[in-house]
Amino acid sequence: METTDIGLWGVPLAMLGGAIRVSTPFIFVSLGEAITERSGRINLGLEGTLVFGAMSAYAVAVMTGSPWPGLFAAAIAGLSFGLFHGWICKFPKVNDIAIGIALMLFGTGLAFFFGKPFIQPSAPDLPAIPFGAWSNIPQVQAALNVNVLFLIGAALAVFLWWAFRNTRVGLIVRVVGDSADAARAMGLNPNTVRLLATGVGGALAGIGGAYLSLYYPGSWTERISSGQGLMAVALVIFARWNPLGCFAAALLFGGAGALGPALQSVGVTQGYYLFYAAPYILTLIIMIATSSPSRTLAGAPGELSITK
Amino acid sequence: MTDTVSSADMPAILGARRYRAALEWTARRAEAFVIPLAALFVGMVLFSLFVALVGKSPVQLYETMWRGGFGSWFSIQNSLSRGAPLLLAALCVALPARLGLVVIGGEGAIVFGGVAAAAVGVALNGASSFLVIPLMGVGGMAAGGIWIGAVGALRHYRAVNETISSLLMAYIAIALMNHLVEGPLRDPASLNKPSTQPLADIYRIGNIPGMEVHWGLVVGILACVLSWLLIEKTRWGFAARIAGGNVRAAQVQGLAVGPLIVGFTALAGSFAGLAGMLEVAAVQGSANGSLAAGYGYTGILVAFLARHNPLAIIPVAILLGGIDASGGLIQRRMDLPDATVLVLQGMLFIVILFSETFYGRFKLFNPDLWQRPDSLKGTT
Repeated sequence: METTDIGLWGVPLAMLGGAIRVSTPFIFVSLGEAITERSGRINLGLEGTLVFGAMSAYAVAVMTGSPWPGLFAAAIAGLSFGLFHGWICKFPKVNDIAIGIALMLFGTGLAFFFGKPFIQPSAPDLPAIPFGAWSNIPQVQAALNVNVLFLIGAALAVFLWWAFRNTRVGLIVRVVGDSADAARAMGLNPNTVRLLATGVGGALAGIGGAYLSLYYPGSWTERISSGQGLMAVALVIFARWNPLGCFAAALLFGGAGALGPALQSVGVTQGYYLFYAAPYILTLIIMIATSSPSRTLAGAPGELSITK
Repeated sequence: MTDTVSSADMPAILGARRYRAALEWTARRAEAFVIPLAALFVGMVLFSLFVALVGKSPVQLYETMWRGGFGSWFSIQNSLSRGAPLLLAALCVALPARLGLVVIGGEGAIVFGGVAAAAVGVALNGASSFLVIPLMGVGGMAAGGIWIGAVGALRHYRAVNETISSLLMAYIAIALMNHLVEGPLRDPASLNKPSTQPLADIYRIGNIPGMEVHWGLVVGILACVLSWLLIEKTRWGFAARIAGGNVRAAQVQGLAVGPLIVGFTALAGSFAGLAGMLEVAAVQGSANGSLAAGYGYTGILVAFLARHNPLAIIPVAILLGGIDASGGLIQRRMDLPDATVLVLQGMLFIVILFSETFYGRFKLFNPDLWQRPDSLKGTT
């Protein structure tokens, strides 16, 4: 691809494209985590799920020669991790945050263990839709080359936003998350609801991982996720457990993550590693700005241990 | 029991009470030993199933592991060396845990402490080692203490969740280290592996006489013992345990919870920073990417395995050091990926956390339950 010189315009354009590219895993993990947290449980293990999803998607895509079975495998793997987390957390005295950390280590360990043989071979990519084809500027074309999973994620965010408000399932999840006692009074079993919510959350995180290995950066390495799963947890808090907010926040994080490469593309290489830290710093600042010692956060599920 | 008690019966009653208290103490201690050991055993069994599933011999694996970790004087020294930073990394988790905080970003304090110590050592090059080595320690501890102390302060004064903020800060610390090591602090002579200027030889920390283990092991054990004394024998430790049980109750009692939390987290972070300093001064000789070797994450496992008891951290850290040390041998002898040890650690961690659910459940460890048949026979 030849580069047309469009000067400093390249920075916002590269950030837009980067935001779309980088945000997709954030969208899926944070929507999954939003479902889990809305049911009153927190799953920090999604980081491990993301890495394992990335590995299994890549492995299956290499073996079958098509990205779609890989995507499916990642979702199933994520579902299993989520269900395991949900099952183990229902026992008394078992701390969901600590189990999340353990599953994060375990998932990463398993992914590295089984992923070793797949570092070399290359897998087919997930398809992208060239929305920028009308332009003859390569940078615009690159920025608007949108992967299907981004579009699915956007649709999913709208659907979940609607479903939490308007469907029976959405109501059940919210009731269980706000008060286990009220849920029991309604004849619901909080553990079952949380088990399923954690399972669905895990499946979505697995899909987020599949995007990493099958599209961007598009290969399986042991450094494929650098805390995206955990940043998504912070992102959900920032988005106030609102799926539409998750989508917007994911775009913001994606943009922050694309800042370093975007500046590099126009020749700013000073402090590359500091720009690399931008999404983490942004997350931290957002958490500091939105937390308050004197009241629980607006919109926080009442049963959630992390905001109490 | 409405009968009046004559003074003649008192010694017998007191004796019975004392006997009962001793019994309860013994039962509790037994529980605190048996459950983690049983969990460790179950974890090993599950792992051997995993190994068998991928087509290797679990017996050979454990044999290799024993040989690599504890089978010879050489491997024991290797395990002790690997356990040394784990002692300090685990304290970084265990001390805040006494306040009910789950801090998982010790890796950041290790990295940042290592960079600070290297910066001090390079900046003061030429001065006496009696001055520079302690100052490097102070620099490392200050850097780590500020890093994790900030997490504690954010937690108390801004209600920012400490688990997530500490982890984000670990990523920030690593990025900061990469920036400093690639840029302002880079030694131009370090080509493939960007590092700071190497420390002068006189600033390096040597081995314990007669062993191939550096002094960091002694420092780590001392830190564990001091932490244990702090928690169990001082009023700050007592206050921390109250605040860990119930923050509101502690505040009602007039305890200064804020300074307590910041103090404990800062101390915890300074231990991790010290681990970074030792890694620089005793192992690497300069600050570089090897500082982020994952000791902070293994330290989480050590602390949970030791149930946040600083004395229990000592044997657990050496055990996990041994598992770590045997990783290389497993890789070579059995043709397994280096992540095998990571899988084992993850499994152990899950089983250990799961075992929490069994505390207080077994009749054997609960003297109150021994008497249940009698009380059921009675009126209540």
